[in-house]
Amino acid sequence: MENRMLLLTVLAGGFFMAWAYPSDAKLNVIASTPDLAAIAREVGGDRADVTSLAKGTEDPHFVDPKPSFIRILNQADALIEGGADLEVGWLPPLVLNARNPKIHLGQPGRIVAAEVVRLLEVPTGQIDRSMGDVHPFGNPHFTLDPLNGKLIAERIKERLCVLSAADCPFFTTNAKQVEDKIDSRLALWQKQMAPLRGTKVVTYHRSYSYLAERFGLQVLNTIEPKPGIPPSASHARDLITQMKAEGVKLILMEPNRERKTPAFLAQQTGARVVMIPSMVGGSKEAGDYLALFDHIVKTLLMDAGQQLP
Amino acid sequence: MHTRIYACAVLFVLVSGGWPQTAFAAPTGTEIEDLKKQMAVMEEQLRFLRRKVEQLETQPSSAAPEAPTENKGIKTEQRLKDLELQVGQQKAASRGLLSPFNPKISVNGIFSAAMFSDKDNLNFGDHDPQVQGFNVQNVELHLQGTVDPYFQVDTNIVTTVKKGDTTIELEEMYGTSLALPANLQLVAGQYFTRFGRQNRQHPHQWDFADQPVILNRLFGKDGLRGPGMQLSWLAPTPFYLEFIANAQQAQGEIATSFLSKPGETIRGYSLLDRPVQKIGDLLYMPRVVTSFEPTEELTVAMGGSTLFGPNASGPNNTTIIYGGDLYVKWKPVDHVKGFPFVAWQTEYLFRDYEAGPDNANGIPADRLKDFGLYSQLVYGFYERWAAGVRIDYVNSSGGGAAVPFLISQAQRDLAGERWRLSPNLTFYPSEFSKFRLQYNLDFAESRRREAVHGVFLQVEFNIGEHAAHTF
Repeated sequence: MENRMLLLTVLAGGFFMAWAYPSDAKLNVIASTPDLAAIAREVGGDRADVTSLAKGTEDPHFVDPKPSFIRILNQADALIEGGADLEVGWLPPLVLNARNPKIHLGQPGRIVAAEVVRLLEVPTGQIDRSMGDVHPFGNPHFTLDPLNGKLIAERIKERLCVLSAADCPFFTTNAKQVEDKIDSRLALWQKQMAPLRGTKVVTYHRSYSYLAERFGLQVLNTIEPKPGIPPSASHARDLITQMKAEGVKLILMEPNRERKTPAFLAQQTGARVVMIPSMVGGSKEAGDYLALFDHIVKTLLMDAGQQLP
Repeated sequence: MHTRIYACAVLFVLVSGGWPQTAFAAPTGTEIEDLKKQMAVMEEQLRFLRRKVEQLETQPSSAAPEAPTENKGIKTEQRLKDLELQVGQQKAASRGLLSPFNPKISVNGIFSAAMFSDKDNLNFGDHDPQVQGFNVQNVELHLQGTVDPYFQVDTNIVTTVKKGDTTIELEEMYGTSLALPANLQLVAGQYFTRFGRQNRQHPHQWDFADQPVILNRLFGKDGLRGPGMQLSWLAPTPFYLEFIANAQQAQGEIATSFLSKPGETIRGYSLLDRPVQKIGDLLYMPRVVTSFEPTEELTVAMGGSTLFGPNASGPNNTTIIYGGDLYVKWKPVDHVKGFPFVAWQTEYLFRDYEAGPDNANGIPADRLKDFGLYSQLVYGFYERWAAGVRIDYVNSSGGGAAVPFLISQAQRDLAGERWRLSPNLTFYPSEFSKFRLQYNLDFAESRRREAVHGVFLQVEFNIGEHAAHTF
């Protein structure tokens, strides 16, 4: 009888230990968006399992906080979020219910990408919601500048090193590799995009501000009259006047947005509508972080009738 | 120059939340380990910022070899100014109005214009459109903040206005644990019972303008809530599975199926003044809830709950309520602002109420049984627009021995068969406001099954920083 009790206790203890301390030594890294996940995959290599909560095709402001995400976050060693209020509408209750102190704010396992990049469009005057979904901390779509990707890779590496010191040299090598790759590809992309520098564009949402800044495109206006506010007839009229006056021939938008207004604007002004993904996974060609820019550059050049050198 | 760089770096670290707050608590062994880790992170941050500034100084030549001419023109001095400005702005933004430690505050108001075909209509919920003309359905002040490394607190203070009289009540204030071990989470304070799906939701989360009939009948006009403690456990399964154990005080109009209010009646049975005297006089609830995703666009959440506790129709009488809930949501992977979507929500409840005997009125003991369900389908068919339809059905048995004059019309309306059909259309100008038009077609046994019609035009405003909702 006592032996049986002992056996049961050992079994129960073993089960608990197996649950509490999984034998898999890989770090379990969860990213809020696929861009951040893609960068984390480059840094973590085969010593990190990386999962993205949002999908590349969906609006990252309005992700459903599915209960399965609670389970995923419960098992996380690290959570990478964009920050700057990008995920404010869905991530906080998931983190609360995940019961995982490792991913709470201030912990090494909570990586906030916005902390390491220079945010654009930070409001300098008074703001309120009559201005639409304005972000008090600045534009959160910053992964579309490859140099920000480098800074984020560096931060992810630093934190993974804290979480798994033994693998630090591996993460450091990976981070250096991805940063070098970004540098060399950026040089190529900028060379390819040189003919498009100074091109005036209108975008649907303020999703491409960082891309435009890096590659020298001029975003004159957005189809949304204010961030997150759907197009109105009066704004469309003003936009047509402005596009004609300024000679805007390019409208950039994500593939999932409504296409009626951009098509109407294009028809009225002779501009072309070009759809480019704003995140990794936003189209099938944008499978990883570098492929995202390869695809964007290729799409823009094809539209402009330029041949790849 | 260097002084400025370091000042910048230190400011940035402080703003980015790198300062370990736990340093002020008496450290234990594990906390010292944590502190060491956090110090390491801070040192890394400082090193990183130093590198970043150096990088900025050498840009564009090192970062982007083919950098365009306008990038080259940006002087390091200007970059540093940008960085300083950014730090200042982030600091200002993160401090909010006064302090980052203030709770998040939001106020939500729901108002409606209502027309009924019968002036004694069948909308009994406190937050329903209840009277002809204009109604203040619910004004809610929500505050949320973190107490310390161990608890987050949510507070809801609710105001309603009935016939010009304003009432303010503490609807909820509860703490949720942040750091219990073994996947446990504690909720303590006053809160809505996590029975089913809608009982814990506030009116601005509802997809319809009024409370489902079965929830009103079993949980009262305000929903079931009270002071108590709840412990939940997230099971270590590959899918989401959570077990909840809950104990709450069962008194007042917020616990009508249980100890309720002395002097009230239920189908002729007078309710006694039955205070809580022993541990068995509390309200207990086990609940299990799970969720899975058959496809990447489809999410299913379902749960089962049982409530048992004392009722005040006798000194040892009890009530049991069983419930099942199902929520299925389809949302495509390429949605914009959450549209389009289809959400189907259904709850079924059954109550077994051990009533009497009421010796004063000569009514023998009986079992009052109630059951009912509501099922609603909402289709977000276009960005900002949603159309929904809900069907309610309830019925009851038992309690027929009381002479009719002992049973008020209000009590008669809470028994017998009733069904209701409610189509609606909602327009969201933004995620902070909405307009909703709803029609109710209502048939109740207590009203000789004659149709009662209701039309509501509801408007909602939300200001401030409202905490995100759960799924």
